[in-house]
Parts: sequence; C-alpha cells; structure tokens
Amino acid sequence: MPRAHTYPDPKPGDVILDFVGERRTIADYEAAGGYRQLERALGMSDKDIVDALQASNLRGRGGAGFPTGRKASFLAPPHPRYLVINADESEPGTFKDREIMLRNPHALIEGVLIMSWAIRAAQAFIYIRGEYFTEYEVLVDAVAEARERGWVNRPLPGTDYTPDIVVHRGAGAYICGEETALLASLNGFRGQPTAKPPFPAVAGAYMRPTLLNNVETIATVPAILAMGGEAYAAVGTEQSKGTRVFSLSGPVQRPGNYEMPLTGTFRELIEGLGGGMADGRAMKCFIPGGSSTPALLPEQLDTGLAFEAVQAAGSMAGSGAVIVVDDRTCMVQFGLRVAEFYRHESCGKCTPCREGVPWITSLLRRIEGGEAKDYEIDLLLNVCDRVEGKCLCPLGDACAMPVRSYVKLFREEFEAHVRLGHCPYHDMSPLSSLYPMPKSLLPLVPA
Amino acid sequence: MSERQRPTVPLQGGGEGRLAPGTTQNPDLYERIQVEIAKYPNRRSAIINALRLAQEEYGWCSPEAIGEVSRAIDLSPATCQAVASFYDMFFLQPVGTHIVEVCTNVSCALMGAGEVLGALEDELGIRDKETTPDGLITLRTVECMGACGWAPMVVVNERYQEHFQPEDARALVADLRSRPRTTHGHGH
Repeated sequence: MPRAHTYPDPKPGDVILDFVGERRTIADYEAAGGYRQLERALGMSDKDIVDALQASNLRGRGGAGFPTGRKASFLAPPHPRYLVINADESEPGTFKDREIMLRNPHALIEGVLIMSWAIRAAQAFIYIRGEYFTEYEVLVDAVAEARERGWVNRPLPGTDYTPDIVVHRGAGAYICGEETALLASLNGFRGQPTAKPPFPAVAGAYMRPTLLNNVETIATVPAILAMGGEAYAAVGTEQSKGTRVFSLSGPVQRPGNYEMPLTGTFRELIEGLGGGMADGRAMKCFIPGGSSTPALLPEQLDTGLAFEAVQAAGSMAGSGAVIVVDDRTCMVQFGLRVAEFYRHESCGKCTPCREGVPWITSLLRRIEGGEAKDYEIDLLLNVCDRVEGKCLCPLGDACAMPVRSYVKLFREEFEAHVRLGHCPYHDMSPLSSLYPMPKSLLPLVPA
Repeated sequence: MSERQRPTVPLQGGGEGRLAPGTTQNPDLYERIQVEIAKYPNRRSAIINALRLAQEEYGWCSPEAIGEVSRAIDLSPATCQAVASFYDMFFLQPVGTHIVEVCTNVSCALMGAGEVLGALEDELGIRDKETTPDGLITLRTVECMGACGWAPMVVVNERYQEHFQPEDARALVADLRSRPRTTHGHGH
C-alpha cells in the first residue's frame, strides 16, 4: 500500500542531494569521491578544518542559522569532548534531514567522522527522533558499512585517534530538538531545556564540551572540504552562503525536498520547482520556515530564501520548511492546529509557556467555535506578548509568533467568526473535519 | 477469614521487597539492557533504550516493565516512570497489538488528514486514542512526523504509509486483522 516516491533529479550546483535515485550505497558514494575528504582531513590540522568552515560561512541548517565554523571554534578545550548530531527533526513541515539520512546517509557519516577528528571527539552521538525508525535502521547499517571499511572503532590511518559513532533514538518529544533539551534527554533525564550558560560548548553531554550540529549542516561538511571554503562561499548572498534543502508541503503540484542556492526566491521554489498550486487553487499565504515562523503573503513570494531576506520580510528562515496554505483554509483553524501542537509539546518547565500556550489554544478554540466575545481577539494578542521571549527556550515564542502573524494578516477572518458566531469557512476549509461544528450551531450553516 | 474473595490480580506498586538493584525476573531483558548501557559513558543515557526494550517485552510501560528497567539501570522506579511519561512513544496504559497513528499536523491536515482519521475511526468502530474491544488495534492521532511532502500519512507499527487516502482504510484494517496475533512488540 505505501506509494513509492519519485525524487527530482539533481540540478547543477546541488551539494547534498546531488545524485539520482532512491538511496546512495557506500559503493556509489565512494565512486563519487566519498570518504576522500575524510582522508584529506586526516592530513589537516584541526585549525585548518575549522578555518575552512569559517571561510565557507556555512550557517547552521537546524533553524537558528548560527555560523558553523564559529561554533566549532568556541569549543572549550578540556577533554573528553563530544560531538552530537541533532537528527530530532520535528518542526512541523520539515522533512529534509529525514531525506538526507534516508538517501545519502554516508554524507552524514563522513561529515561526522571529519568533525569527530577535528575536535578529537571521544564519541559522536546521532540523536535521531524515535519516529524515524526506518531512517534509524539506515544509519545503523551505514555506520556498520563504514566500520567494515575501517573508518569507525579503529584508529584512523596514520593517527592514534579512534572514532566511535552511537546512533541514539529518541522517543517522541518535539522539545528535544532544542539543544539543551536534547542534551538533557541524551543524558538520561526528561528532555527539558536548561538555562544557558553553561553553553554546550563548555558543559554539554555528560557536562563535557560538546559540539552540537544539525544533520544537514554536518552532511555539507565533506562538500565544503572538497570544493574549499571560499568556493562554497561563492554561492549565495552576503550573509547566507551555499545551498540549502527546502521542504515544500501543502497543496502544491510537486511537494518534496528541493536543494536551492540561497540566492533563490520563494517564487522559484513554490512556483518553479514545486509547480505552483495544485488543482487550480489560489494561495492564501505561505509559511517560510516551519510552523513556528510568521506567515508571508502571496505578494511576498519574491522574497529571497536567504536568512536575512526572510527576516527583512518579517519572518524567519527557520528550518527551511515551506508550507503553502490555500485560499479555502480557515486561518483560525490553522492557528488553532499550530497552537494545539505547541500546547502538546510544551515541556512544562517555564510558567509563561506552560500556562500561556494553553490559553492561546483555548482562546482560538473559542473563536473557532463562535463562542468568543469581540475583546478576545485582543486578549489573544495580549497572551502572545506575555509568552514571547519570557522562557528558557523558544517553544513559547514558536507558538506566539505565528499566531500573532495570523491575526495581524487575517484579522477580518477572526472578526467574522466572532461576529457570526460560527466558522464562516467551515464548509470549505480542509481542516474542518478536525473541528466539527458544535451541534447547537449546525442550523446556522446554510445548506 | 470471611468469604471475602481473594484478589486475582497481583497488587501493583508498593515496596521493592526482595527485589534489589541488579536482580531481575527477566534475565534476557536484563542482559539486553546491559548491552545498551555499555554504549554510553553514563548508564543513565540508556534509559530510553531500556524503556523501549521493556515496552516491546511487556506491550506497554507496565509497573513490571518499569520495575525491570529500574533494577537493570539502577535508577528509582519513579525516575524511570518520569522519563517514560515525558515521551509520546511510551505507553502508560495497555495498548493493542497493532498501533495505527494518523498525523493531523498542519501539512497533513491541509491534505485531508481529518478525512483519513474519520475513515479509520469508522472502519475500526473506535475513536482517537481507543483500542478495539478485542485488544488488536489502537488508533491515535500524532503530531508532525516529517512526511509533510507526502501527506496525508499514517504510521502502522512504526512504519510510514505515505499518501494515505480515506479509501485505503478498509484494506489496512483487513490486513492488520489477518496478521498473526503476537502478544507484544507491536507487530514487529
């Protein structure tokens, strides 16, 4: 019953998804120059490797966009150090790391080995979300293949350094994608964020200096060494270099993952590669960087994909997850679905998030159900202000920011709910089946 | 003693009694947990792995399962229970042999996840978070699982079925009902 995927062919300039087919085997990967950058890295000093990353200006692909080379240069010296790869991809709309692990696992493994060598990590942990079971099996097999080739659990050629990779499965918690929560979870505690400082670079896994990077970031490292940091930095804008994998979802013709240079625009992604809207629908708005980022309007489609361009447009590049919303969708329902997700995932540590996010949810539920009074829309914005920026981690912000943007952009829809006492989009919105109209309101809906 | 009936279900909770850390009533599970512990610098890191193994063995994170994890990893039962309750993939109540999960997050919802959920509810005769009366199939909604480009998506015993349509519900349920019944391990 599972339907097969077709993956788009690689385009010139692609760096990570630069091959045809479903999965790249180790033989394929080696034939295309795989593991040669690891061999080269063994002849480089740790400073040379970090310098190449600094020169490339690669920014972290997890969501925050912090420069990777600078992060590596901050790492405190005392040993042992650890390398942790964040494969806990859970931001709604994001599925790029999954495809990288599934289709090109050896790019990640080679990147892990290069970075392990650069920081002389005692162990590397790949923290993969528990739901990615097939991807976990692919990674475990890939590590075993690399071990057979002599790259893991054996001193690397010409050195006395022995790398070790543990693929660690999570068990279902969005918050574990936040770095301190991930480390708490890896350390065997409930996955709740902790205050920074201490930063992971000083006291992370097992309270030792820890370098923590996203899957896509690390899978890019071999390519950067192959082409040289400066050559990688030749692609992209002033502040955002190289290519990035964007996850495109929603009612578009060709959803999927697309690798694009950061000089591209959302129009090129959605209308070009994605083929535009499906079934002749019109776009209401699009979410540029995962469900936690504020929505952008169709007239902003020419916004650049670069970190600074999305920020200038009033949103965030986030995890590169582009969700397209069509004109049938009720934005109150959409906001409610987003808020319910964050309510479910709030770890309960900080009061503004633990209390505020359920408040946002119940206010949206009242508006959707037609029970809200007119002041409750402003109350909703007020609660958003009371959550945002007031907690240890950005989960509360991730709920408040998008909800505020939906009210700002589509206030008339919210007001129509209050005025009419029911959801005016209920007949057509694709989310309505999740929010059945209360029985008492059914006669109000025209047949 | 009066005619009072003796309880037929063993009492749960209570003290450790004769069970000390390092002892076990399930030597095979105990050994597999020790293998997991050996992968990490700190034995506590293996707690998720241990809970997963115990859940596969007992079908859910029952008091016996938590007790085994607690003794094998040398943490208090309360600590193990606290960790188990944090994560969505650990079941704190008994569940069916097969687990069917429907993603209802935004990308799947835009593509019709609500209809898929409704079709599965109708086909199984149960609602979200319920188990069929024969204990065979548990249905629940889940949050984004990273299949947004191939929505809607249903997870059957930890395997993704993408582009799942409401009309696929009948065949899926028939397939699950025809599989041989296992007592634990959620169908794998």
